[in-house]
Amino acid sequence: MSKRIPKNFFPSETESYRKEQLKDTRVGLIIDGEKVWVPEGSTVLDAAREISKDIPTLCHHPKLSVSGSCRMCLVEVDQRGLQTSCSTIIQEDMVVHTETESVIAGRKQALKLLLSDHPLDCLTCEMAGNCKLQDYAYRYQVTGTEIEGRQRGYLDDDSNPFIYREFDKCINCTQCIRMCTEVQGIGALTVEGSGFFVKVTTEGDVPLQDSPCVFCGNCITVCPTGALTAKPSRGLARTWEREKTLTVCPYCGVGCAIYLETKNGRVVGVEPANGPANENLLCVKGRFGWDFIQHQDRLTDPLIRKDGELVPVSWEEAIRYTAKKLKEYDSEALGVLSSAKCTNEENYLLQKFTRMVLGTNNIDHCARLCHASTVAALAEVFGSAAMTNSIAEIEDAKAIFIIGSNTTESHPVIGLRVKAAVRKGAALVVADPRGIELARWAEELGDRGVWLRQRPGSDVALLNGLLHVLIRDNLIDEAFVAERTEGFNEVRELVKEYTPERTARITGIPEEKLVKAAHLYGEAETASILYAMGITQHTTGTDNVAAIANLAMATGNLGKENAGVNALRGQNNVQGSSDMAALPNLLPGYRKVSDPTARKQFADAWGLEDLPSEEGLTVVKMMEAAHAGVIKAMFIMGENPMVSDPDTNHVREALNNLDFLVVSDIFLTETAMLADVVLPSASFAEREGTFTNTERRIQLIRKAIEPVGNSKSDWEIISDLAKAMGYDFAYENPKEIMLEIASLVPAYAGVRYQDLGTQGLQWPVPYEGHPGTNYLHRDGFARGKGLFKAIDFIPPVEEPDENYPLVLTTGRILYHYHTGSMSRRVEALDWLVKEGYIEIHPERAKELGVTDGELVKVSSRRGEIVTRARVVDVTDRDTVFMPFHFAEAAANVLTHRELDPKAKIPEFKVSAVRVEKVE
Amino acid sequence: MIDSPLALRNITRNIDKIDPESIEEYLKTDGYEALKKTLTMKPKEIVSIIRDSGLRGRGGAGYPTGLKWYFAANTQSDAKYVICNADEGEPGTFKDRILMEGDPFSLIEALTIAGYAIGSNKGYIYIRDEYRLSIRRLQNAIEKAQQSGYLGLNILGSGFDFDLEISIGAGSYVCGEETALFESLEGKRGEPRIKPPYPTESGLFGKPTVINNVETLVNIPLIVNRGADWFKEIGTECSPGTKIFTLSGDVARPGAIELPLGTTLRELIYEVAGGISSEEKLKMIQLGGAAGHCLSPDYLDISLDFDSLAVKGLSLGSGAILVLDESRSIIKTAYSLAKFFCHESCGQCTPCREGTLQQKEILGRILSKKSSEKDLELLERLSVSMVQTSLCPLGQTASLGISSAIKHFKEEFLSYSERGI
Ligand SMILES: Cc1cc2nc3c(=O)[nH]c(=O)nc-3n(C[C@H](O)[C@H](O)[C@H](O)COP(=O)(O)O)c2cc1C
Ligand code: SF4
Ligand code: SF4
Ligand code: SF4
Ligand code: FES
Repeated sequence: MSKRIPKNFFPSETESYRKEQLKDTRVGLIIDGEKVWVPEGSTVLDAAREISKDIPTLCHHPKLSVSGSCRMCLVEVDQRGLQTSCSTIIQEDMVVHTETESVIAGRKQALKLLLSDHPLDCLTCEMAGNCKLQDYAYRYQVTGTEIEGRQRGYLDDDSNPFIYREFDKCINCTQCIRMCTEVQGIGALTVEGSGFFVKVTTEGDVPLQDSPCVFCGNCITVCPTGALTAKPSRGLARTWEREKTLTVCPYCGVGCAIYLETKNGRVVGVEPANGPANENLLCVKGRFGWDFIQHQDRLTDPLIRKDGELVPVSWEEAIRYTAKKLKEYDSEALGVLSSAKCTNEENYLLQKFTRMVLGTNNIDHCARLCHASTVAALAEVFGSAAMTNSIAEIEDAKAIFIIGSNTTESHPVIGLRVKAAVRKGAALVVADPRGIELARWAEELGDRGVWLRQRPGSDVALLNGLLHVLIRDNLIDEAFVAERTEGFNEVRELVKEYTPERTARITGIPEEKLVKAAHLYGEAETASILYAMGITQHTTGTDNVAAIANLAMATGNLGKENAGVNALRGQNNVQGSSDMAALPNLLPGYRKVSDPTARKQFADAWGLEDLPSEEGLTVVKMMEAAHAGVIKAMFIMGENPMVSDPDTNHVREALNNLDFLVVSDIFLTETAMLADVVLPSASFAEREGTFTNTERRIQLIRKAIEPVGNSKSDWEIISDLAKAMGYDFAYENPKEIMLEIASLVPAYAGVRYQDLGTQGLQWPVPYEGHPGTNYLHRDGFARGKGLFKAIDFIPPVEEPDENYPLVLTTGRILYHYHTGSMSRRVEALDWLVKEGYIEIHPERAKELGVTDGELVKVSSRRGEIVTRARVVDVTDRDTVFMPFHFAEAAANVLTHRELDPKAKIPEFKVSAVRVEKVE
Repeated sequence: MIDSPLALRNITRNIDKIDPESIEEYLKTDGYEALKKTLTMKPKEIVSIIRDSGLRGRGGAGYPTGLKWYFAANTQSDAKYVICNADEGEPGTFKDRILMEGDPFSLIEALTIAGYAIGSNKGYIYIRDEYRLSIRRLQNAIEKAQQSGYLGLNILGSGFDFDLEISIGAGSYVCGEETALFESLEGKRGEPRIKPPYPTESGLFGKPTVINNVETLVNIPLIVNRGADWFKEIGTECSPGTKIFTLSGDVARPGAIELPLGTTLRELIYEVAGGISSEEKLKMIQLGGAAGHCLSPDYLDISLDFDSLAVKGLSLGSGAILVLDESRSIIKTAYSLAKFFCHESCGQCTPCREGTLQQKEILGRILSKKSSEKDLELLERLSVSMVQTSLCPLGQTASLGISSAIKHFKEEFLSYSERGI
């Protein structure tokens, strides 16, 4: 992956110049006899489109810089003759004609020329029906045989499984180059050669996989012809045969809108949609990660373990058997894991099932493992546990401070917003122990950026140190602090101790960088903090988040646009599954189970006397209880704790120790293999419901195909099970479940399916018809005043020592997701990154005598694994990194179960390990 | 240089007369007098003198130099640039090289005056890589000027700072086009930009920029020293001054010569260059380089100045004149022009990228007598769309030589087509 800001990333001087010309004042001109008023500095094309003139364009894209090279958008301007409308700035009283004889002749000629060297194989071309060249040829009745031509004769590039490149179909519009450079910030593409033989390709014309390309596919989206196409979809359907279903990407928490394309009930591809989070952009997983849906490994029938073997049975039998077994146990002996991959409706239903039918609060889900500390801390200090601002706002922040988030890999499309902000001139501060892409960018930005390479686990000290400098250098928003917050004085006292000098000692960051970072953040008019698991997955996770909140409150960066404390949530519906209280201590809408009024409200609604009042067990505690034989039976919906949870060996023992384990999933995961009953569930493409993305946006997912085999949506499975256990869970569809949610959860009160449309709604949506809330705490914090918490630095639980001298940190990579159960079944993703690995700094590798690609043994106090070394300069010499998606080299064999005392989140980010060469 | 009684030695006065590496010798021939005078005047006054002189660009387009300076001087900006275009990519042209090799100090003095006039502190000389000797002499001249206080901070105690840098070209014809030159100077691929914005508003690094040809610039010290009125005495009313013409082809004395603008083609070919070198008769004159028109002998009495030519839709270009006698094939000439442009198109825009190849293909067919009836018509239509819709002047003029050749030598083209057209 490219770590550099690509050449030509920043707006060229001409582009900036054009932007400067754009004014608010309106100027009038005449187009085809009609007077139009548009902002001064607009182009003729903008003006013409204002009055719906259909001017053909091949190289113009509203999000990209002007190229002006295809010459299709010609218009005739009085006194000036033929002009390209996309590049001509309007002038007062200009007279423009859009379809004169010479305009048409010019466009026709351009088409004839383009077609003269074009392979006219529309019969088999992937893009036929969705090709601008074809459309315009039809419009102007150009057959392509007018001019005897000659093709360039470049060979197609078929060498990667994502993007098929047919160079002879390229019309050199350079949209792909500009997309890759200006928006994707990668710069893999360029023009090689000159004249007729120009070739739009990578530098040096190497295969994409040998270039910085990250296979986002955004170049395919803008290509007007069949030169760039999605390889997995090739040959599956003509463009007009594809039915499109608007839905939401099932991978990360960004919640990109996609169209699932289907033909005859099968998914044949994905196209980006213009959703609020992604605006037609996608990452490699969203674009290419769909073939798991129809993978041969999909579970098609319920399975029951008979004589040690999992054998297919009917749904009736599976449900009857499961209901009977679950009834055998006392409530305290039951545990449930819900899933952030499932819909809001399913999470709501499963917690209702757990509390109502099973009579216990023992329900949790993997949010525990990623953002429980966010929920705990933000609920306490702000009163609302979510990302404060919107994804689109990131782009307009004047400064961005990223801590503990490898944004471009874990939340790739949010990464693009960060890059867009940088392109617009924002300052960038990145705190990360690893030399991730944006850390390198921050370094390259010179005065505008800084990379803080803190020691893993020293975040609180870093954040306190920054606050120290803000106070010292009078960068505090005193008015905001006085009016909107409480508790600042204790914090002021405490951070006195965190002088740059001391902070530098604890964190390893040079003093001048700390001061620079504080100033970049503190001086910006609006500054946005982005953080993720690098902050939360620590024993001090809750403290870390509170310390971040301190920084934002002290500078008044809350309750306003383009600022905020922005937790980037990992999975597609981790926000929603928390909102729905798939949590042991809370009821939907973050009401405490210990609160009798809250319990009463839910009990009344569900027709019960009361609900269990004792807090249930969290994921890690549940595993311990199972290990100890206290929990005897578990229901796990769509989770894979065998890979996702810390200390894998312990998890295996715990699950094996259960009497009865039910797992519902789309694949036979590592966890499902241990189950007594396996229930096949439908994938996102086959169900309905809503996901709530990281910016609190509730979006509809729509059914594109029928469930594979006999699989069923989880809401149906839960309802059937409840019925079999004697409870009346009579829901017709997820829409009805949402009505029940809306009646009980104030933030969702106004959510109605028919209002979700293409944009969804951001909670709180307090009443029907409310437009949703783009940023929180506008007029006051949900809890009244924002609470400052004085937090002292505590070192991580496990520090390196003689036996385990290195710090292991874990995380995600761009090409895979979660435990890999989906992404690793996507052929193309698997091709790119097949197996797990450990990143080791070159100097350390040399010391260990390890070379790139060699097998190494990694051990901690919990266990050991063998994996491949990647010798790269990303971590520092005392730290190693492993992605956690790979079951056969599961990083979590090594991690420990030590928990944050408040949020009970495990410390995935710091464990002590030893690395040895395998002889 | 060709010797001729018609020749003037204004801008070429120092060539072969002084040691081009010695600032002392330059100073002895009025060197740096113009700059000294300039520094006693207001920038505005200098711009006025240049405007009054009527000097027009010698790089091809003939745009009034004073007007360019005036626009740049009046655009507010934190930085401005002056650039000398020394890319000289036109085949058969070497006038700028003669000037730079023979009188580098004049050019440097001129750029300094330009900087003062428009309010710029930084200039570039963009020069083609092959001009090794020119580069060496310019480098030497810059150093000497710096050492003697004619370049750098606080020039001659005036408080005016100005410095110069030499930038080596990317080696393609199109990089001589001013906006492609800026791209190249900025370290990008040398592709022309869309105009407007014009360089005087947004040029190098988006800043107001004056870009002038070498030959245009070396007129500046003379005009400042001797006055606008003196300059206007030479040449014609609307095209004052001299021009260096470079003659090649079938003439007895090919080479370069400085002549007043308004000299006729006939004088140039028959008096200066000694007529046709062979026994054959004159057949064709291509006026203004590769992008110029191919003319028949009917045009011999045309006056070589910007306006007389413009009236006839012609252009002086860089002053290159190619003369061919009756033994030459027009089709081959046209084909080699087509080949040249096909090779030099940057490939950015459709009409030029595809059109230049088509021209070559079609002429290739004609040459090998495989053309069809439609081909000449096709060339004609191609030419119209290239002229009207290409992004930059390269594409806009790449068909002119060919279409004018067809116009004036239609018979020959027809005779090449088996079936006749
Ligand atoms: C394809 C092309 C090549 C050019 N090459 C040169 C060149 O080599 N030298 C030059 O001075 N001008 C060249 N020009 C003209 C410049 O764009 C520009 O008009 C000139 O440098 C302005 O200087 P002037 O006003 O002093 O003539 C070229 C123009 C085109 C379209
Ligand atoms: S897939 Fe993405 S990174 Fe790769 S070339 Fe296309 S736009 Fe660039
Ligand atoms: S590959 Fe497609 S997008 Fe890229 S330049 Fe060619 S036609 Fe345009
Ligand atoms: S006219 Fe030719 S040289 Fe000029 S931009 Fe177009 S392709 Fe390039
Ligand atoms: S769309 Fe205007 S030139 Fe291509």
